[in-house]
This record gives sequence, C-alpha cells and structure tokens, in this order.
Amino acid sequence: MAKKVTIEPVTRVEGHGKVTIHLDDNNQVAQSRLHIVEFRGFERFVQGRPYWEAPVLVQRLCGICPVSHHLAAAKALDVIVGAGTGDGLTPTGEKMRRLMHYGQIFQSHVLHFFHLASPDLLFGIDGDPALRNVIGIALEHKELAVQAVMMRKFGQEIIKATAGKKVHGTGAIPGGINKHLTQEEKEQFLNGPDPLNVDKMIEWSLGALEFFKGYHAANKDLIDKFAAFPSSHVSLVRKDGALDLYHGVLRGIDNDGKKILNDVDYQDYLEYIDEEVKSWSYMKFPYLRSIGKKDGWYRVGPLARMNTVDFIPTPLAQKEFEIFQAYTGGKPNGMSMHMHWARLIEILHSAEMMKELINDPDLYSGDLTVKGTKQKEGVGLLEAPRGTLFHHYRINDDDQIEMANLIVSTTNNNTPMNTAVNLAAKQFMNGQTEITEPMMNAVEVAIRAYDPCLSCATHALGKMPMDFKIVDKNGKVINQKFKNGE
Amino acid sequence: MSKVLITIDGKGFLADSEKTVLEVARENHIYIPTLCNLEGIKPQGSCRICTCMIDGRMMTACTTPVNNGMVVVTKTDELDKLRSKIVELLFAEGNHFCPACERSGNCELQALAYLYKIMVPEFDYIFPNRDVDATHPKLILDHNRCILCKRCIRRKKEAENPTWFVFENRGNHVKINFDHELTADMDDEMAQKAMDTCPVGAIIRKEKGYDVPIGRRKYDLHPIGSDIEGKE
Repeated sequence: MAKKVTIEPVTRVEGHGKVTIHLDDNNQVAQSRLHIVEFRGFERFVQGRPYWEAPVLVQRLCGICPVSHHLAAAKALDVIVGAGTGDGLTPTGEKMRRLMHYGQIFQSHVLHFFHLASPDLLFGIDGDPALRNVIGIALEHKELAVQAVMMRKFGQEIIKATAGKKVHGTGAIPGGINKHLTQEEKEQFLNGPDPLNVDKMIEWSLGALEFFKGYHAANKDLIDKFAAFPSSHVSLVRKDGALDLYHGVLRGIDNDGKKILNDVDYQDYLEYIDEEVKSWSYMKFPYLRSIGKKDGWYRVGPLARMNTVDFIPTPLAQKEFEIFQAYTGGKPNGMSMHMHWARLIEILHSAEMMKELINDPDLYSGDLTVKGTKQKEGVGLLEAPRGTLFHHYRINDDDQIEMANLIVSTTNNNTPMNTAVNLAAKQFMNGQTEITEPMMNAVEVAIRAYDPCLSCATHALGKMPMDFKIVDKNGKVINQKFKNGE
Repeated sequence: MSKVLITIDGKGFLADSEKTVLEVARENHIYIPTLCNLEGIKPQGSCRICTCMIDGRMMTACTTPVNNGMVVVTKTDELDKLRSKIVELLFAEGNHFCPACERSGNCELQALAYLYKIMVPEFDYIFPNRDVDATHPKLILDHNRCILCKRCIRRKKEAENPTWFVFENRGNHVKINFDHELTADMDDEMAQKAMDTCPVGAIIRKEKGYDVPIGRRKYDLHPIGSDIEGKE
C-alpha cells in the first residue's frame, strides 16, 4: 500500500519547512519534497516606501543573517544614488561594510556548525534525540559549547560596532556607511581579554577545522557518501578569481568544472537567471536560462564557493582550501556533507579578514559616503552565509520603490536541497515498513547541511514538535507518530 | 510682569503670572511630558499628555496659566496611567512601525512609549489604510505616522506667513497636506526645520535617512525629559 510520510517542521534549521515522502506499494520512495510553508511578501510591501528605507526594512526578513540583506539592499541602492556598482564607495564606506559582513558570516557559520549541525556529528544521526541538540553539546562537550557561544559573541560585537546593533542595525546607508570604528573598539577586538579577541577567534577556527578533519577521517562513509550528488555551482568571485564574500562577478561552473557563467556583471543577472514557481512550495526555483528549467539548477553557499573560486586571499584559509581541493583532485566537490568543511574554512577566512580590516587605518577616518548621478534601478549581490543573495530595486520619479525582487540564498539551493532529501530518503527509507526516528533525522541532516534559512529568525533547538503521518491512497492516516508533541 | 506663588509637587515657586504651568515647571527643571506642544508656539492642548492635577482637577499644563496659590501635581500613578494610555492609543490609531522608521531613536512618541514602558498593546490596532505623499522634491509626508498634533501647521502660522502646512478633509479622514507651489523653492535647511517640527516620522526629508548611527540618536542615551530635569 502506498504511504506518505510527512516531516513537519524540519528541526534545527532557520525557519519552518516540512518534508513529504511518498512510498509506493513496495515501500520504495516514489517522490519526496521539501516544502517551504511560510509566505513572506517583503517584495510587495516594500513598494511605495522611500528607497533609503530598504536596507533597514528588508533586513527584517531574518534575524540570523539580517546583515546580508542590509548590505545587499545597500549595495543595490549604491547604484541608485550613483555611487557605482559595488566598487565606487569611499575606502571607509566599503571596508566598514566588509567588516560588518565578515562579522556576520563568522557568527552565522558558527551558529550553524556548532549549534545546529554538530549534534548530528557528535552524537550520530541515530543518537539519542534527548542529547542530539545544542543542550546535549553543552552537557557533553562543554568546551565546544563555550567556544561556540564566545565565537558568536565576537562576531556579533563586530556587527554592533559597525551597524549599531547586534541584530537589525542601521550602519549601511545608500552610498556608504554612517560611522567609523573607534580606537576603543579596535583595542577591544585586537587585544581584548581572552577569549574575545581576534587572534583567539583564528585559533579556535583552526581548532574547529582540525576537529572536522579528524571526524572526517573516522567517518568517511557518512561525510563523503551521504546525499552526495553532482551539480553546477554558482557564486560571486573577485575579478581575479579570489574568494570575496562582499563583492565580485558572477561565476558558474558545471560538474566538470567548465564555466557556465563566465564572470559576468551581476547588474545583468536577469539575462542569466530566471525563477520557476511550483504549486507546492512558497519558495521559487531559480535556474540558469542558458541551460533551461530542467537542468539549469545550481548550488550556492560555502561548498559552491570552494568550487568556483581559484584561491582564498588569506594565508591560513588558503592552506586549508588547498587541502580541500586536493581531496577531489581539484574537481568540483558535490558531497553535501563537505558543506560543513567548506563552512569551517570560511569561518577561518572571516576571522583572518576581520583581523586585516580592524588593522586598516581607513576604518578610523575618511569620508563615509559618496553620491553621484541618480539612477532608477540597481542590483546588489553578495555572498551571504548560505550563498548568493540578490536584491534588485527600481524606484519611481518620487524616490519610492516601485519594484523589488529578492532571490535569497536558500532559494538558490531549493532544487539541491530537494535532491539531497530524495537521496537521503531513498538511502534510509527504501524498503522499510516502519519509519523510525533516525530515518527521519537522516532526511533532516541532508537539509541541515545546506544551513537553510527557510524564512527568518525562528530558532529550533531540536526539541520542536514533529508530526509523522503514513496515509493510504485515499488520504486516510494509517500510522502516525509524534516527536516532542501530542 | 507680576509674580505669583505656586506649588508644584510640594515645592513652592515664584512665577511670572503670564506663564503657563508647563513653562514654569520647565524653568524649574520639572518634566511634564508633551507631544502637541512646541516651545515658542501658542499651545493648543489637544494631545492631553501634559495633563496634571491642577487645584484638584485634571487640566493640561500647556494651556493653563498660573495663578497665585495654585497647587500642581505633575506625577501620580493615575496621571502616568492616563498618559500611557494616550500614547498607546496614538500607536493603535496609526501605523507606527518603529523597527524600520528613520525617526526611531529621535521620535518623541517612541520615546514616550519607552518612558511609560509600553510593552504589550492593550487596545486593538486599527491598521488604517493611509498613503505616502512623496511628490515634493524635498519632503515626504507619511500619513501612516502622523498623530495630527498640528505642530507643522501652527509653527508656520506663528513664525512665518503664509503657512506651508494645512489640514485637509474632515473627521476621521483629516490629514496634513502642504502647498506645493509655496514650498517649491524650499531649501535643505527649511526642509530640515519642517522635519524637526514633527514629533514623529510623518514629515521626513528626502534621501537623508539613518545617517546618525544607533547610539548617537537623541533618545539613545537619555530618556525623554532628562534634559529638562538636568539629568543628562
């Protein structure tokens, strides 16, 4: 008898989603889908608002990576106020924004790896659910838990110093930034008492990488084979091919490493990327126009970035990047669980970048903003923690936003996440008559690798209720299980 | 100018007889909250937030002239509750979304909400359907945030002629508007003055928002009224 398994909500991810898995008469996975069940609507209700409000208003999409939305919107508005397409700001304006961004990447990646993903690694996919969460980490791996909290704190203090607040600040304004860094803040970040200084952050980032590499060596099957699949990859890269999370050109490669987006100007993104809408999800499905709807999907995020860039412009992260690349002989890496590895390399890179920027004199003096000839339309892209983030605005003659289009990072990963869900479901559920908790968690592990931000600041600590249903062909529930709920 | 003796919160003060209770209180570093009142402009007492117990009756401090022997109480639990409800009703009546408002941190209404620790709304919010007039080259009127205090209208009437701002419509549909012809040559300084007159974010300058960082805005460091009380 055909069955339908529903996982709702998916836990230890940002936001709300659910998974449905249809099993056929032989208990083989016939179809699986990750549904995004929340509707946001920011693109609509930002219409009519003064354009300079966008970076502050639209960042309310999210409480985890608001800085990414704040900066992407500001970058789009830089174009509108005539401050150039990402490289026309004053040195102070650009570097303050970069520091804000790397602080954000650092704290967001740390949150994901330590709080959300590490319980699966430390306790196992089939570990005791009572322990397999951040509380379990705090109880059983106290040192790691303390590091996670302090690393997040450091990143958030950087955000506060540059944006005014740890969450939902106002630092970036069209054409630049509204403040300098102070000498007191510099002293605090460089020489603050342990552990809240940047050198300790670099040391701990290296430690986290060593932890992962050790885990990888002992668990090759899980890390290399679980939800691994070939795909294209897209990200921004610096014009010289370096990893640059704040600004660059759009590069896409296919599974063989061949360029399918050849370092193009993102102001023209609509020439290259389109979005498909499907009835069963509020999340759209982007694809490369040149390849088409069926095969034009691609991955974004840390793994994609490690695949698209030629090098990392900070020495310690570059060394780790070389090890990462060597593992696949320089070929594109399609292993979903390697997303964690890539993320940890970016944590290290962000820590190095923060140190470099904090030491830069441009942060402490110099013009904050620049303006030029006003434009009606602007596109702002950056590499958010979860991948390439697109903001596009058009204004009317009265300075009101009349069109907004956002393609958020997780949206780009829609098809890849669905692919990963399908692979995990097949691996763990094919032929099974009884659905167990570890099987369901395996599906979630596949999703978690992508660190999806399904909507905004919804935090789940692994204790959220889940409702699993097996229904027959007529929709009648024949088996139902609850986790952490009634 | 003759002098009168009045008592405010149990202390005696010698005051000019032509002054209001609010003016005398401020001169003596006693804070009475206001919203529709603007220093130097004739008071109208419409927002009622300055209501005090004056000789045993609730009266607005901004419009009540002092009298010899007058006894004023500016702060009681009952008065604080009344003021708190007035602030909350103003929030419920308009569309005040502080998180993205560029006057956040510089807004008198928001500062009063913090002063009275308004955390959970008691009244149902109306969420009226109001528009934004962005047709002027220097200013934007965001009717969502207007509390109809008339400060913009009264300031221009008193200080300069002819007036820029007017009320249009009646009753529930009343809203501020301004003369586009008269204000066509408005410069940045005049636009800033118009914006500063507004206690909320209903009158804002074009293309100039969020340029004061969080932490340096008017009410970030000191609560509203602390300047009058000399506590800054």
